[in-house]
Amino acid sequence: MLLRVIQAAVAAAALLTVPGAARAQGSLNLYCSVQVEWCQAAANAFQRETGVRVSVSQKGSGEVLAQIRAEAQNPRGDLWFGGTGDPHLQAADENLSAEYRPAVLDQLHDWAQRQARDSHYRTVGIYAGALGFGFNTELLARRNIAAPACWKDLLEPRFRNEIQMANPQSSGTAYVMIATIVQLMGEEPAFDYLKALHRNINAYPRQGTGPIKSVARGETGVSISFVHDAVTERLGGFPVGSAVPCEGSGYEVGSMSIIRGARNLRNAQRFYDWALTPAAQQLGAETKQFQTPSNRATPIPPEAPQMSQIRLIDYDFAKYGASSERRRLIERWDREVNTLPR
Amino acid sequence: MRAAGLWSSLLALAAALLLPWYLTQDGIAQMPVAGLAWLSDPDYAPAAGQVFTQGRWWLWPALLAPGLGLLAALLPMPRAGRAWLFLLAGGLGLGLLVVQGYAIGVQGWSAPWLEGLFGPMEDRQFGVGWGGALVPAALAALLAAGLAGRGAFRGDAFTATVAVCIALAIAVFTALPLILLLGDAFRDAGGAVAAGALFGRLADDRLWSLACLAGAPRCGVVWNTAFLGVLVGAGTTALGLAFALLVVRGRLRLGRPLRWLTVLPIVTPPFILGLGLILIFGRSGIVSLAASSLFGIELGRWIYGLPGVLLAQLFAFTPIAFLVLIGVVEGLSPTLEEASSTLRATPRDTFQTVTLPLLLPGLANAFLLGFVESMADFGNPVVLGGQFGVLATEIFFAVVGAQADAGRAATLSLVLLAMALGAFFLQNRLTARKSYVSIGGKGDAGLAPPLPAGVRRLCLMVALPWACLTIALYVLAISGGFVEVWGRDYTPTLRHMIKAFEISGGQLTGLAWNSVITTVTLAAISAPITAALGIAAAWLFSRTRFAGKGVLEFATMLSFAVPGTVIGVAYLRAFNLPPLELAGTGAIIVACFVFRNLPVGLRSGMAAMAQIDPSLDEASHTLGGGGGDAFRRVVLPLLRPAIMAGLVYAFVRAMTTISAVIFLVTADTELATVFIVNRVINGDYGLAIAVAVVLIALMLVMLGLAQLLVGRRRIGRRLAVAPAIQQGGAVA
Repeated sequence: MLLRVIQAAVAAAALLTVPGAARAQGSLNLYCSVQVEWCQAAANAFQRETGVRVSVSQKGSGEVLAQIRAEAQNPRGDLWFGGTGDPHLQAADENLSAEYRPAVLDQLHDWAQRQARDSHYRTVGIYAGALGFGFNTELLARRNIAAPACWKDLLEPRFRNEIQMANPQSSGTAYVMIATIVQLMGEEPAFDYLKALHRNINAYPRQGTGPIKSVARGETGVSISFVHDAVTERLGGFPVGSAVPCEGSGYEVGSMSIIRGARNLRNAQRFYDWALTPAAQQLGAETKQFQTPSNRATPIPPEAPQMSQIRLIDYDFAKYGASSERRRLIERWDREVNTLPR
Repeated sequence: MRAAGLWSSLLALAAALLLPWYLTQDGIAQMPVAGLAWLSDPDYAPAAGQVFTQGRWWLWPALLAPGLGLLAALLPMPRAGRAWLFLLAGGLGLGLLVVQGYAIGVQGWSAPWLEGLFGPMEDRQFGVGWGGALVPAALAALLAAGLAGRGAFRGDAFTATVAVCIALAIAVFTALPLILLLGDAFRDAGGAVAAGALFGRLADDRLWSLACLAGAPRCGVVWNTAFLGVLVGAGTTALGLAFALLVVRGRLRLGRPLRWLTVLPIVTPPFILGLGLILIFGRSGIVSLAASSLFGIELGRWIYGLPGVLLAQLFAFTPIAFLVLIGVVEGLSPTLEEASSTLRATPRDTFQTVTLPLLLPGLANAFLLGFVESMADFGNPVVLGGQFGVLATEIFFAVVGAQADAGRAATLSLVLLAMALGAFFLQNRLTARKSYVSIGGKGDAGLAPPLPAGVRRLCLMVALPWACLTIALYVLAISGGFVEVWGRDYTPTLRHMIKAFEISGGQLTGLAWNSVITTVTLAAISAPITAALGIAAAWLFSRTRFAGKGVLEFATMLSFAVPGTVIGVAYLRAFNLPPLELAGTGAIIVACFVFRNLPVGLRSGMAAMAQIDPSLDEASHTLGGGGGDAFRRVVLPLLRPAIMAGLVYAFVRAMTTISAVIFLVTADTELATVFIVNRVINGDYGLAIAVAVVLIALMLVMLGLAQLLVGRRRIGRRLAVAPAIQQGGAVA
């Protein structure tokens, strides 16, 4: 009896102090900013292949950045997988991520390599996706509203209280939208646009995929989100349509970084290499995530939006990914737009 | 005293010789260094190894102090001299260890002036592990033995040890985090001390703006919070009163089912109610769809904002008001009411002029509880708040937002803390001023008068629809986990369940396994600690007398008045850096559970203790037993039902907490509640509900088992007065 009590106590003690009981291959703490299904599939596949125990914590990219920043003196996570590129560049900029050159770098699309170069090899692109609109076709039909096709459509009174976009203070998706508008129109007109748009917005959810989920469930008519997320919802059986703005749109380069001072650096590097292989990148499509994968050899599923047919702006990742610019724009948005009445 | 000193010295010495001093990354069970080499390994060595082989001279006190204590205990000497030596060894050893812990950090000396004083420091140290935690704890016990030897605590070593240990624990895990947080509010964005920063932030228009009165869209968050709190307090009190009057005096046979209904919100993860409301009243919820298809009315998104949060909180907190008020109504002696009707007052007059005024303290209590619970609530506003910000969510966004602003979070926390404490003081003053005693020593065999017909009808009209609504809400919310897509496709499915709890190829591949297992494990670890500390503290506060007892009791209760989000921020702030480097481990979550739920265990322990005649303790003293004997042999056996209740309550609370732990979880220690709230925020309702259903089922099983165990226990020929688990909520 006593023995059993002691055993139980030791097991409990192990759980208390051990961030993950280390097995033969050690462990890996993954901060994951893509959809939870993908996170889990990637973790499971990597675990099966290598025997490394992976713990996943899924959070929006803004939250992960905040956490990494808070833990900078004493990092808890090893690898940050997914999420829009800007916070990753910002982490690189603030010396929060570690430099690593994966062997397969030259197999990647140009935009993925550029992401790596821009950050001095502290991050790398793993997928890309264009920003656009998602809308609930049933809801719009019921309310007799035509679907939006251009950025300027969103300002029209027919969309009063019908649009959702994520809160740029916590979501990278929303920041991509702001940066896109600024690059399309110039900063002052862009903020005039955002102020006008504010009137039509009914909520700013915390996570980037929140708005499209609301669209799918009929809680709102239109969302500003990535086109591939709209595809995911449509395949889930929801009446979701999507469009890419006629004026041109920005895009994200979903990225991956190793956290500086990672306790399981070796495993993080292993995961880094693994995640850039076609086999690993296919997991996205298998879990119904239709971003364009960064390895040229990864097959692209037919449902995925074709990046080549979308009018994309020449997104300046180096400028708009920089910490100071990002903070300035978000603060300006918070001060000038978020406080406005609707 | 001598025995206590001997044992604590031995314990400290053993820990210093054998247990790894620092926090080992891979846990105590996995020692990567073979054989006895770990005794001198820089990462794994105990204090002795660190001193002798690693040259960490500053750990000498960990060896010398226990040695001195041991000598003092073994060598023959007068009691006074031994006590002095115990005091010296314990106090000085503890002090020096604390000083070195804070002086030498991850990057050598932690302050520039130390470097100037002692020269550069090559070495660095991480957080303390088992050895580093146990040695100071044992030294504190040694100090207590010394104090008892000097005559403090009436010379009783057991009382002294319990008091010193509890004081230390409260200081570290409640006072220290809050004080550090308080300090943060006085720093500017760069981290420099600036008193002006606090006032700058306090004057922020986003906090105090009253513009909404003049037609602007939003008011300051402080007003939002206060307004919501008042509405919730008033609403829960009214509803709770209606239920309590009906159950006690309404001549209905509803008592038992109603009591079970009140358990439900306590075991419900906090945002499930909010989710149910979205599923019913949301834009594609049942009510809205019915309205638009039957009457062509678009109800829109009214649920997001004040109405939704208010509704959800009313559902969640009405049971608490009910539990408070049912006790008060039951305790009302009918004598005064009988006197009133003898004087020919109508039942209505009696109710208005006698019954209601007697209920006043209870009503005030219920109102303030509702107010405080509403202020501290995080789950409902985050799901339903929309653009309606309250302090609890605002603090959260100040921490995780793109511009992580610790100072703003601290300032907001201070405001919230001030409001909660203000409410408690108000409650104390209101209820302490007048005498509401209606139970005297004389027998009161009278029968309570039935409710006046009008009042009864009113109560029924309020209570029955509300009860039905609650049941409907739960049924609908839970069914949301078993249909394909709520609002679109009502095909029954187990898809979400499978997604959450899949087992394939012998591996737990479901998404929720990790978090549910972690939650149950951590809750199971923290519950016994909470119960034990609670009972020990209750015994200390109600059965012993010592200087500083009032302060200690206040500090213990403090963590209850502090809203969860504030505790979370404070813990993260206090325990992120050595020597107490707990962030990221399960230990910080356990500590958070323990000290957050301690006040409840303490209160219920004190209530149970009040029913045990102190003369039993005195009898034990007369027969030559010390404080320890009285506690172990007399009080503990009589308290078993209370201990059981405290245990279960601590477990349940730990399983449903969200606000306090949301900042403390990491990839490894993700809790089920955090998992659920993230899914909800992402709109993945089916998965969230599936996990919540499993949690609720787990907790109901626990409660049922506990009810069986507690219900059977008898003392002598009487039934034991078992404080039902539900009444833990009443104390909360």
